[in-house]
Amino acid sequence: MEETKFTPQTWPDKPEQATMEGKNKFVGIWIFICSDITLFASVFATYLSLKDKGPAGMEFSAASLFELPLAFVMTMLLLTSSLTSVYAMYHLKNHNFKGVQIWMSITVLLGLGFLALEIYEFYHYVHLGFGYTQSAFSSAFFTLVGTHGLHVVIGLVWIVCLIVRNARRGLSLYNAPKYYAASIFWHFIDVIWVFIFTVVYLMGVLG
Amino acid sequence: MMKGLKKWRLFSLLAVMTVFLSACGEEYITTLKPTGAVGKEQFNLLLFSIAIMALVTIVVSVLYLYAFMKARRSKLGEDYMPKQVEGSHTLEVIWTVIPIILLLILAVPTLISTYKFADVKAMDKVDEEGNKTALTVNVTAKLYWWEFEYPEQGIVTAQELVVPTDEKVYFNLKAADVKHSFWIPAVGGKMDTNVENVNKFYLEFGEESADLKDGVFYGKCAELCGPSHALMDFKVKAVDRNEFNDWVAAMQATEGATASAESTDLGEQTFANSCLMCHAVSGVGASGAMGPNLTTFGDRNRVAGVLEHSKESLEEWVKDPEAIKPGNLMTGKYGELSDEEISAVADYIMGLSIEE
Amino acid sequence: MSSAAVTNKKGFGATLWDYLTTVDHKKLGVMYLFAGTLFFAIAGFEALLMRLQLMIPNNDFVSAGTFNELLTMHGTTMLFLAATPLLFGFMNAIVPLQIGARDVAFPFLNSLGFWLFFLGALFLHLSFFLGGAPDAGWTNYASLALYSPGHGIDFYVLGLQISGAGTLISGINFIVTIITMRAPGMTFMRMPLFTWTSLISSALILFAFPPLTVGLFLMLVDRMFEANFFDHTMGGNTIIWEHLFWIFGHPEVYILVLPAFGLFSEIIPVFARKRLFGYSSMVFATILIGFLGFMVWAHHMFTTGLGATANAIFAVATMAIAVPTGMKVFNWIMTIWGGSVKVTVPMLYALGFIPSFVAGGVTGVMQAAAPLDYQLHDSYFIVAHFHYVIVGGIVTAIFGSMHFYWPIMFNRALSEKLGVWTFWIFFIGFHCTFFIQHFLGLMGMPRRVFTFQADQGWDLFNFISSIGAILMAIGVILLVINIIITAKSKPLNCRDYWGDGRSLEWAIKTPVPFYNFKQTPLVRGYDPYWLEKHEGNKEGMIYAEPLGDIHMPNNSILPLVMSIGTFVAAFGALYHPDGKAWAIPVLILGLAITVGAMIVRSVKDDLGFHVHVEEVIATEEHLYGKGGNK
Repeated sequence: MEETKFTPQTWPDKPEQATMEGKNKFVGIWIFICSDITLFASVFATYLSLKDKGPAGMEFSAASLFELPLAFVMTMLLLTSSLTSVYAMYHLKNHNFKGVQIWMSITVLLGLGFLALEIYEFYHYVHLGFGYTQSAFSSAFFTLVGTHGLHVVIGLVWIVCLIVRNARRGLSLYNAPKYYAASIFWHFIDVIWVFIFTVVYLMGVLG
Repeated sequence: MMKGLKKWRLFSLLAVMTVFLSACGEEYITTLKPTGAVGKEQFNLLLFSIAIMALVTIVVSVLYLYAFMKARRSKLGEDYMPKQVEGSHTLEVIWTVIPIILLLILAVPTLISTYKFADVKAMDKVDEEGNKTALTVNVTAKLYWWEFEYPEQGIVTAQELVVPTDEKVYFNLKAADVKHSFWIPAVGGKMDTNVENVNKFYLEFGEESADLKDGVFYGKCAELCGPSHALMDFKVKAVDRNEFNDWVAAMQATEGATASAESTDLGEQTFANSCLMCHAVSGVGASGAMGPNLTTFGDRNRVAGVLEHSKESLEEWVKDPEAIKPGNLMTGKYGELSDEEISAVADYIMGLSIEE
Repeated sequence: MSSAAVTNKKGFGATLWDYLTTVDHKKLGVMYLFAGTLFFAIAGFEALLMRLQLMIPNNDFVSAGTFNELLTMHGTTMLFLAATPLLFGFMNAIVPLQIGARDVAFPFLNSLGFWLFFLGALFLHLSFFLGGAPDAGWTNYASLALYSPGHGIDFYVLGLQISGAGTLISGINFIVTIITMRAPGMTFMRMPLFTWTSLISSALILFAFPPLTVGLFLMLVDRMFEANFFDHTMGGNTIIWEHLFWIFGHPEVYILVLPAFGLFSEIIPVFARKRLFGYSSMVFATILIGFLGFMVWAHHMFTTGLGATANAIFAVATMAIAVPTGMKVFNWIMTIWGGSVKVTVPMLYALGFIPSFVAGGVTGVMQAAAPLDYQLHDSYFIVAHFHYVIVGGIVTAIFGSMHFYWPIMFNRALSEKLGVWTFWIFFIGFHCTFFIQHFLGLMGMPRRVFTFQADQGWDLFNFISSIGAILMAIGVILLVINIIITAKSKPLNCRDYWGDGRSLEWAIKTPVPFYNFKQTPLVRGYDPYWLEKHEGNKEGMIYAEPLGDIHMPNNSILPLVMSIGTFVAAFGALYHPDGKAWAIPVLILGLAITVGAMIVRSVKDDLGFHVHVEEVIATEEHLYGKGGNK
């Protein structure tokens, strides 16, 4: 099975689900995301209940701390990277391996851009004195946004591994589900960020 | 033969009865002989729910035993092939609907009591002069003792709660260190003392505690709070309103009382040097002390909440608190005391009393 | 590798390596079973020590601090490290057979799940030797946990974090397995009830463990990295821990009890020789219990002070769970009704389970009445209630299923005679221990007390309760003896040991070859094996495919390596607050091992291997003698 050479004509419509292993991966990543949603829900709930809470007389608050422009740029980067990963999946379905690799690489670059901005943002807050141990609010903020950041890192490492390991192997029914699962994960990260943007930054700035 | 069997039956019946009767527990701590409206209402809910649940259990048990007795293969024969039944919609509906009805019946008193017990609006009611009409006690739970402040009266005591009978007594509950839970089983259910917020509830004390074995109701900490959780007891003295007022007046009269390091009494001297920084001997004040207020120590029922109320116990306690209540915060807070000093300070503390 | 199945005796080293690297669901099932039994024995011993301490008032058999460590480790171990793996053992061993699969969906992850669980459990238990076990109760309420000195709580947090990750991975694995790997014809509504309950229970794991992960993480950074989630002077809030813990903790009870329900739903029809009554309503009730299980967590917090409305809502929601649970009980009784009941040991456990569980269930409804719970909460009444549910429901299911499934798992049968003794001693001991505790609670005895004063009217009942605990211990020892004796008994080499097997797992001959069914069976209805048997099919099953090459996954040591990485990292995190210079490097080293193994795993191709037809035939001949499928 794994030796079969495909052409765009013989390539199945749903390459990610054409094999048993592929189907398992496809279902598995969705199930995993269900569980990850609960994880984020718990962190969001914690953040909301600790928002602006700190030692008596704390000077930091969401309204005074967060700035929308930076968060907006980060949002755009991540949303665009989601779009580029959709292009990659489009090429995956058409058995265009080069397209997959190029668009996945662009996704990685955009993700790295996002990550750089996030690191800058964290650095900025720590510089202001709003470090991880400053208050319950700071702990909750860094944990929520940091958990998302960790997911971005995992997603990037995952996609980079895929790009590198498959560069010589080419597209097959063995690795197509892997690309597909990684791209679903990447969309999920994106969706979570939209919630973070809304709950942390928008609602924070608006009070 | 028959006679022997009968006797045996009677005996076992008696044995079961004895266990059952002793199953009600001691009056001053059991929830099964409650005093006051709250405890009684909870007890009634207990009886009501037991009745419903007993009905369910009996029906299930009868069905189950009947089904089993009729279906034993040892009776039916090895080769008996039962009819393979898929199920029955009628039966499914019956055993869905009946439990729902039973639960609805139980839910009604549950909901009524839930809201009733949570109603503490009367706490803030004031009369024409602006005085609070209801008695409020601020309870602070600490490792491993209880502090009771009467904010309107301006007095504070520890370990032994004094309350008037036949009126609602309101409680503000808070913990100073870790979470505890305030429970007087014979009077009513518990409420947790959290570290970050004040919980409010009320209890009613239906009868005076004087007639009880120790003259007090027993109170417990019901939330694991460290090694000595099991020993974090307090006592409740319920007295009639007049007696309570007298007690409050006597407490207020201790204003300014203190121990002097210059005293000729070795006990007072030692107390002033080694104990006074944590333990007050005046009942006037607010909560927040390091150690239990000792103004009424001589009138209390226990030493350290669990030991017999005697000078010997007190000496034992002062000598090595850690041996009695592991993890307590008193150990090591005062210097080495000689036996003579300990004996003297025990005499002094035992003598602290506001009762005649 | 593929020839391993045909080889005869292997050396100890090779066998050990085989178990360390195996991805075979049957072997992992056995490993879960033994690991679970080990931790069950440890936690049971802890319980026995506690009951000995409470046998008489003012006892000083164990100290206050030790008692708190015992009660914490007893609860934690029993729920996370004994009941869960024991049930996972059955799920691993039986579910793939029940749905006619070759293995689980992700055999590699299955192995990873086991090793994470095992090393997490090991890590937690090392606390006994490294400065003291956790002592804040299995609920680990935040204010006490933050206050607790030493490293006990850190062991709790890290150990459960690791083993919890293992549980979550296994949960995902089972869901995917049951969704995608069913044999042809095995529709959802033909799945055996144990498979159904495993599916729902895995779904509960999926949604319940992440809140625990988050809660543990918050506790971890609070204790080890100076975060402020639970420090109220820094704006933190300890009630968050209570919520996160119980959002996990309540479903956890259903995670355990649903597979137990499933096991009884397999045992009862076999020994009543009758189809499970009301199969579809049983499935519906399972789903409903799973769903409602997430709506009721705050009933553990009635006295926390959430307010009347929250208490009222959670009280009613909790009562509602009684309805689907009642449906199940009635369906079991109706399965027995008109059947032909053979009282074997598994059936004895099932028969003992029904009244015990009903007793545990009705006291649960009593506690759902919030105002009444103000009295019952954190008293011995609660202790009695949840032991009735857990011992009466889950432990009886595990013991019963050991007898029931031993022939499939080990090709040997546990002794019935010894089993009957075990049952009665354990069962009487159980009621003796816990029935009386209802009254202790009502008489005002709080739970988690290391001692009690003599003057409170509790002496007699505590004494009786302790006697019961000793009986339970004797019962468990008999079971262990039974297991040891059975290991030396003759192999069965048979099919359908109990004679009235109904679902697919009974259609396969024991010992079960590593590839399970040599051809995937075709499922023509509910209770497929019973169906074939009663249509006179001597083959066992009809098969959906011709005899052909079988594709199997490769063994791998990587799951163990990854788990060891987390184990090492946990030590780094644990000693970080002590200011040890090596702590952070060790933490990084551990994580590097784990991540490195993950990268190796994802970069290397792992295509599995094929067992060729000739090998299959040879294996079958080797296992069952010439003539193959006779």
